[in-house]
Amino acid sequence: VSILIDRSSRVVVHGLTGREGSFHGAAMLDYGTQVVAGMTPGKGGQTALDGRVPVFDTVVDAVRETGADTSCIFVPAAGAPDAVMEAAAAGIKTIFCITEGIPALDMIPAVELVRAAGARLIGPNCPGATTPGAAKVGIIPGSIHREGRVGVVSRSGTLTYEAVQAMSDAGVGQSTCVGIGGDPIIGTTFLDILQLFAADPETDAIVLIGEIGGAAEETAAAWAGEHLRDVPKAAFIAGRTAPEGKRMGHAGAIISGGAGTAASKVEALEAAGFRVAGSPTELPQLLRDAGYRG
Amino acid sequence: VKIQEADAKSLLVAQGLPVPPWEVAHTPAEARDAADRFLAAGARQVVIKAQVLVGGRGKAGGVRLAGSAEEAERVAAAILALQIKGIQVRKVLVGPAADIVKEFYLAAVLDRASRRVILMGSAEGGVEIEGVAAERPEAIVTIPAHPLAGFLPFKARQMAFRLGLGGHLKDAVAIATGLVRTMHAYDADLVEINPLAIVRSSGADGAGGAAGESLQCLDAKITLDDSALARHPGLEDLRDPDDEDPADRAAREAGLTFIKLDGTIGCMVNGAGLAMATMDLVKRAGGEPANFLDIGGGARADKVTAAMRLILADPKVDAILVNIFGGITRGDEVARGLIEARQQQERDVPMVVRIVGTNAAEAAVLLREARFETAATLDEAARRAVAASRGALA
Repeated sequence: VSILIDRSSRVVVHGLTGREGSFHGAAMLDYGTQVVAGMTPGKGGQTALDGRVPVFDTVVDAVRETGADTSCIFVPAAGAPDAVMEAAAAGIKTIFCITEGIPALDMIPAVELVRAAGARLIGPNCPGATTPGAAKVGIIPGSIHREGRVGVVSRSGTLTYEAVQAMSDAGVGQSTCVGIGGDPIIGTTFLDILQLFAADPETDAIVLIGEIGGAAEETAAAWAGEHLRDVPKAAFIAGRTAPEGKRMGHAGAIISGGAGTAASKVEALEAAGFRVAGSPTELPQLLRDAGYRG
Repeated sequence: VKIQEADAKSLLVAQGLPVPPWEVAHTPAEARDAADRFLAAGARQVVIKAQVLVGGRGKAGGVRLAGSAEEAERVAAAILALQIKGIQVRKVLVGPAADIVKEFYLAAVLDRASRRVILMGSAEGGVEIEGVAAERPEAIVTIPAHPLAGFLPFKARQMAFRLGLGGHLKDAVAIATGLVRTMHAYDADLVEINPLAIVRSSGADGAGGAAGESLQCLDAKITLDDSALARHPGLEDLRDPDDEDPADRAAREAGLTFIKLDGTIGCMVNGAGLAMATMDLVKRAGGEPANFLDIGGGARADKVTAAMRLILADPKVDAILVNIFGGITRGDEVARGLIEARQQQERDVPMVVRIVGTNAAEAAVLLREARFETAATLDEAARRAVAASRGALA
């Protein structure tokens, strides 16, 4: 049943009464996602989204009253790590943190407490995830998707939309699309998602969308080369023209000391059997070239 | 944000770490006076170091010794005339030259892979650590901080003994824990001391210490987390205006992410990943991007006009590519901003606009009425922007 999010997921939106939370909460609900609760301290007892969703003061209350098992966090950066830790402490199993601009050191204890609670954090600074035709969490426009069997994982937001739109236009649907986030310290890596896709009976092929900075693409590629040898795989890496030492918008997108270059990532992916696209629009054709018949 | 060595040293001193004294000089005369003071205090020589935010300044002649105030003035004049990796040297640090017994490397680093702060050390200090890491990785000792308990003294002792600093245990532990404390105090990504050195002191060398050997932080490199600057209001002043392009600064103040490049095709995009991909596709189509520009999610018309001003401020720009994939951002808002910007702008440059996603249909109507050139796909938009740029050159 795909990964991370599906029809049975019960979502609590942190910040549902705010501007971002209410806009995207409504879009999630309209897509078919079970948005069962909102969480805004001091607004417990109210409802949001035209009376469709009850709001709670604490995540513990939301879990107890609604059986929520998934968090979607739209809390401003100063409070977002706390929101992540509150969700983990309340027993939420899958936590999406959409918030951008969180100081990196603040995420270290949050990541550790999520791990200790046996939960999973996606993000921060991520667009969320969609299982087309079933449910979406976060800010990815629902309209770009098409139901299918290709698992998509990306560090970026709008670049993912670009790639997914190109796939959908070409008739290549997706099992689940996941944005893992553009920050240096994130809860779930490319490797983690590839392992989930590998174990998912609904996923037959992989698209990985990476960018400069760090070595997470290389690490994931090495694993895929060994464990996903017969799975059709395609990839795109953004930042071939990015200069060294400059942070390209995403906090994590920086080439430093000659490490984290696009060339290094492309080389590692190709060595692992990924077909690497020169443009996101080429991804569906490359999947077909790799033997995908979806 | 990278900060200058002198500023980094000030932060270390504030955290109680041992750093030899220094002064910053903007002119050869200031350097002479500073040298005079250190020599009068007993230093045998002074060291003069270019303050630039690029590596390799030693090799470029940006770090030199002087034995007299007059020599310091000449050396400072030479260094202040240097351009290191394209950056003009505008100030130098002057301090007593250390009598070095042995050099080490020690740094607190935010490590993405382990999602922890790690302390990296090496007994091979004073050289570029990337080279040591590539050639002899076993010469680098890595000890992670605990994600909740932090960097505990027993780990600092482990580091000290593994680097052969057992003879200076107390100082080494104070410095190792101090680096991690400095990192947290200022939300740094990196606090690097290279070299950390055992220094011989005569007790009258201008460094103010007693006779004997001590551990000293002879250089310091600190990179601050941009996302945390808001909670350290004092640190924003350490951003070196000389290191930042005026356009970069204007962008930051307008809430845009802008990085100037060398090409001719201006790019305006929403989202960092897509902005990078758009630059890559311009290059692939045979052009050169003039900039990275992310207008961010939910950008309104006023942000678009500010972005257009930034792009057109670069005289090399002879074509513009606008690529918007609406999610939170509404395509019609961007289209209105483009129309408004074109009415205000003094310079007319061919522009190719591609807007898809949220409210793309409304955007298309607005752009058609205003006679903008539009493209359906990113590949097509990149090709036509490159063609327009070539036409402008011809």
